This record gives sequence, structure tokens and C-alpha cells, in this order.
Amino acid sequence: MIHLEDLCIERDGRSVLRGLQARIPRTGLTALIGPNGAGKSTLLHAMAGLLPPAQGRVMVGDTDIAAARPQHRAHLAALLTQSPMIVPRLTVSDLVGFGRWPHHRGRPDPHDRDLVQAALTEFDLQELAGRSIDSLSGGQRQRAYVAMAYAQATPWMLLDEPLSALDPRYARDIMDRLWSLSRPGPDARGVVIVLHDLGMAARYADWVLSLRDGLLVSSGPRAEVMTSRDLSDLFDTSLAVEECRGHPVVVAV
Amino acid sequence: MMRWRLALLVLLLLAAVALFLLWGLRAPYGFILSLRGTKLLSLALVGASVGAATVMFQTVAANRLLTPGIVGFDSLFILLQTTLVLTLGGTGYAGLAAVPKFLIEAFCLVAASMALFGWVLRRGADDMMRLILTGVILGVLMRGLAGFMQRILDPSEFAILQQASFATFGAVEPTKLAIAAPLFVGVLALSMRLAPALDVALLGRTGALGLGVDHDRLVLVTLGLISVLVAVATALAGPVTFLGLLAAALAGAVMRRHEHRYLIPASALIGALILVAGQFVYERLLGLQSTLSVAVEFAGGLLFLVLVLKRRPT
Repeated sequence: MIHLEDLCIERDGRSVLRGLQARIPRTGLTALIGPNGAGKSTLLHAMAGLLPPAQGRVMVGDTDIAAARPQHRAHLAALLTQSPMIVPRLTVSDLVGFGRWPHHRGRPDPHDRDLVQAALTEFDLQELAGRSIDSLSGGQRQRAYVAMAYAQATPWMLLDEPLSALDPRYARDIMDRLWSLSRPGPDARGVVIVLHDLGMAARYADWVLSLRDGLLVSSGPRAEVMTSRDLSDLFDTSLAVEECRGHPVVVAV
Repeated sequence: MMRWRLALLVLLLLAAVALFLLWGLRAPYGFILSLRGTKLLSLALVGASVGAATVMFQTVAANRLLTPGIVGFDSLFILLQTTLVLTLGGTGYAGLAAVPKFLIEAFCLVAASMALFGWVLRRGADDMMRLILTGVILGVLMRGLAGFMQRILDPSEFAILQQASFATFGAVEPTKLAIAAPLFVGVLALSMRLAPALDVALLGRTGALGLGVDHDRLVLVTLGLISVLVAVATALAGPVTFLGLLAAALAGAVMRRHEHRYLIPASALIGALILVAGQFVYERLLGLQSTLSVAVEFAGGLLFLVLVLKRRPT
């Protein structure tokens, strides 16, 4: 469980998140939604412990994440940022291998290599393993970065807009995998994901936090948070949640 | 595979060293060898320091086109020389004992760069851009100050200063080397310990933090090591700006990997190789008396232009 306890974050003296109070279930896929500038990315960074709160705290399990040592943080949550650095000459398996760094700190053993292989397999990257990151297409690259976060083998995966610039096929592919990773089980990952695509949020999320202007508007199970009225209010435009072949979809009306 | 490539670089360097020492050797052997030996050692030290420093600097700056020189090392060096000439006069300057002068120069360079790094980094360590811009502006300021002081010099003093403003590998005091060599070895050993963490730093500040690397501390320690390396090289020979760029770019092209445990030694070896081989060709084959650094800077500058122009838009 992640608990946000009266979380306030300031950036350059400006208050970006104000008094967030919420919980995020340990298993399942949680979507952060809201208009641009609502503070979704900031919240995700705060959950990874990279932004010290001005007030309140983020409890990941029973750890105050901002107060934890960097090494300990990296064992709790893997963070994928919106536009990660592209390193020339870095191959896909090198990149995924970085995910193991918190565990081996520069000295990988065979176990680490096995887990990198497993992550490559999990995200269908075996054939690209030797290719350099800067030669990949946007979709392949995004998959490699998600695989790196997966290889970190943390209870929590925090992903900022992993679907941006992806074809529907790849977007769906990644969401399918993340969804199955987050099912309850011994190796379940808590997946928290910033989504702009409301259709994806409606289709995959179990739990939703909606934010606007640095405030938490609502949080809870998807069906309760993503209703036509609440979404229309949240985004200031007329939206409807409909059912199509048994799946919820969001349409502009 | 990587080890073979490193071994090849070592062999090339050894060949250059042998040529440098033995080509056209005449009696008195001992005297000439010791003369060539000190020169060789200083060339190798300067090249290796600048090469290693540039690879590390490019990583913490997240830019493959920068050299530590960008933060104003060369301008500070020239300002220092100008101040010395101005205050002591031409003869006083020429009469300065080499070792204290070397120590003062090295100390001033390390102190100034650490002050700059510390001051800028305290206000947000993620801000490499601010560090670089501050360095560039301070560099221009120091150059301007030096230029102003040079107007007051008389022509003969100015000529002495001109000589000191280009990197020279002429007569180097063996005592200077006795200080510089262990310093270099120590710093290089520390750098190799940082190598795995520097690999992670390639992912940027957030990426490295996410993987549990204390990025701010890593950057500060690395910049400290870099300033010692560059200060030693600058105090030994004078400003060498583009040599590092040349060495780092070639190291990347030869090793074709991102790991610093290969890149740092490769770049150090290539830096040393460029200077030793270059000086050999310059001095023995072409019989030129002019400074090698002019040629190295020319080649490095050309490479810089090529890198800038062929860089793919991102």
C-alpha cells in the first residue's frame, strides 16, 4: 500500500501539490489522470522519493520514501520518467541491465543476467537485445525502458506516460503486460501509471486518482471515479463513459 | 574483447614510447635518455590526465561535445600567468623556481574550480547548464582581465607571456613530475572505482537517482577528480583544450561501449598516445621546433566542428 499523508510539494517556491490524502492498493493497476499541469508527474516523482515534500509524507509500505536512503528507495519503487535520456552506444540488454544496478551496484552475477534475460523475454525484446537504443523506433524503445523498470524487481512500478507516441498496437501490448504483472500473486507489482489516454485508463485501471490544479479531486475504484459527470467536470469538457462490447470507453460528446 | 582493444592501445603507446626514446639516439646515451624520459613522462601524463578527465566530464555534463576547459580552466591559467608577469616583471617571472610555481598554479586551479563547482552545485545539483554557463562567463571575464593586463606589459614581457600561454612540453622539471605522477595515479584509481556509478549517471539525474545512485554526491566527487586532473595537466604543460575532446571521441569510437571502466583507460591511453606520437613526428621526423599543441588544437577543433555538424537532430 502507498499512503499519501497530507502531501504538499513545492517547486521553485510554487505549491504544486496541496494536501493530498489518498491510498493506492498494493496490487492492481492504478491510473493517475487529470488535465495538463494537474501535478500527475510531480506526484509520481514524489512517490519515488525524488521530491522531498514541503509538508506531509508518502509512505511506501512502512517506509517514508523521501527520508529513505537512495539505495533503499531503488529497492522499493522503479520509476520510468516521461522522456528518459537516450544514451548512444547503449544496447537494449545494457539498458535493461541497468535495472539490476540497485541489486549488484556494478558487479552483476549470473542471477542478475538471468533476470535481465527474463525481462527481455517478458517484453518480447530478445531479437532487439543487441541493438543500440538510439537505433530503435519509439515503440521499441519505450518497451525497453519498461523492461528496465521491470528488471529492477521492485514491489512498485511507477510509470510516467509510457504510452506517449505509441501505435495502438504497442500501447495495448504494454498495457496488457502491465495489467497482468499487477494481478495478485507472490510476484505481483503495484503499477502506478500516469495516463493521458482516458480510453486506456477506463479499459485497464483498477484504481484511479484524479488530480486537478495540484489537488486530489477523487480516488477510488475505476467505476466510481471515472463517471461521465466526474470526468466532464475534471477536464472541463463534455465526456461520456459508455460501454462497448463489454468494455468501458470514454468518448467526447 | 574490450580487454584486447585496451591491450592494443597499450601496445601502440609502448611503440610510440620506444620510438620517442630510441629514434636517432646518440652518445651520451644516459644524458639524452634522461632528457627524453622526462619529456616523455610529462607528455604521457598530460595526455592521460586530459583524456580521462574529459570522458568523465562529458558524462556528468551529459554532453559529448564538452571538455572541462569549458568551465574556464585555460582562461584562469592565462590570467594567473599574466598576473605573475605583471607583478614580478619579465625577468622575475622567468626566474621563478619551477616547483613552487607548479604547486601554486595547480592549487589555484583546483581551488578555483572547486569553488565554482561547489557554489553552483549548492543551488541545485541538477543544474549542469548553469555550471557550464557560469564557467563560460567567468572564463570570458578572466580572459578580459588578462587581456587588459597584457596591454600594460612591455613587448618583451608580453613575448614571455605569449610563450607560456600555449601548451609546451619542453624542459620539464623532474621534481614537478615526481609530484604530478603519483597524483595522477591516485586520481585515476579513484576514478576507476567510480566507473560503474558513472555508467548509471549516463541515464541522467532522475534515472540515476531512481536506480539508487546518490547523483549529487557522485557529480561533486567526479568534478573534484576532474579538476585535479586538469589542474595537473595545465600546470605541467599549459592549456590544452581540444586534446580531451579528441581523446574522448576516439575512445568512444574504438571501444564502442558505454562502460567507464573501459572508456576512462582508453581515453587516457589515447590522450597519451596522441601527445607522445605527435611530439615524435613533430620533433624527430619533421624537425619542427614549434609547439605540438598548436597542431593538436587544430585537429581537435576540426573534430569538434565535424561532431557538431554531423550530430543528428534529436
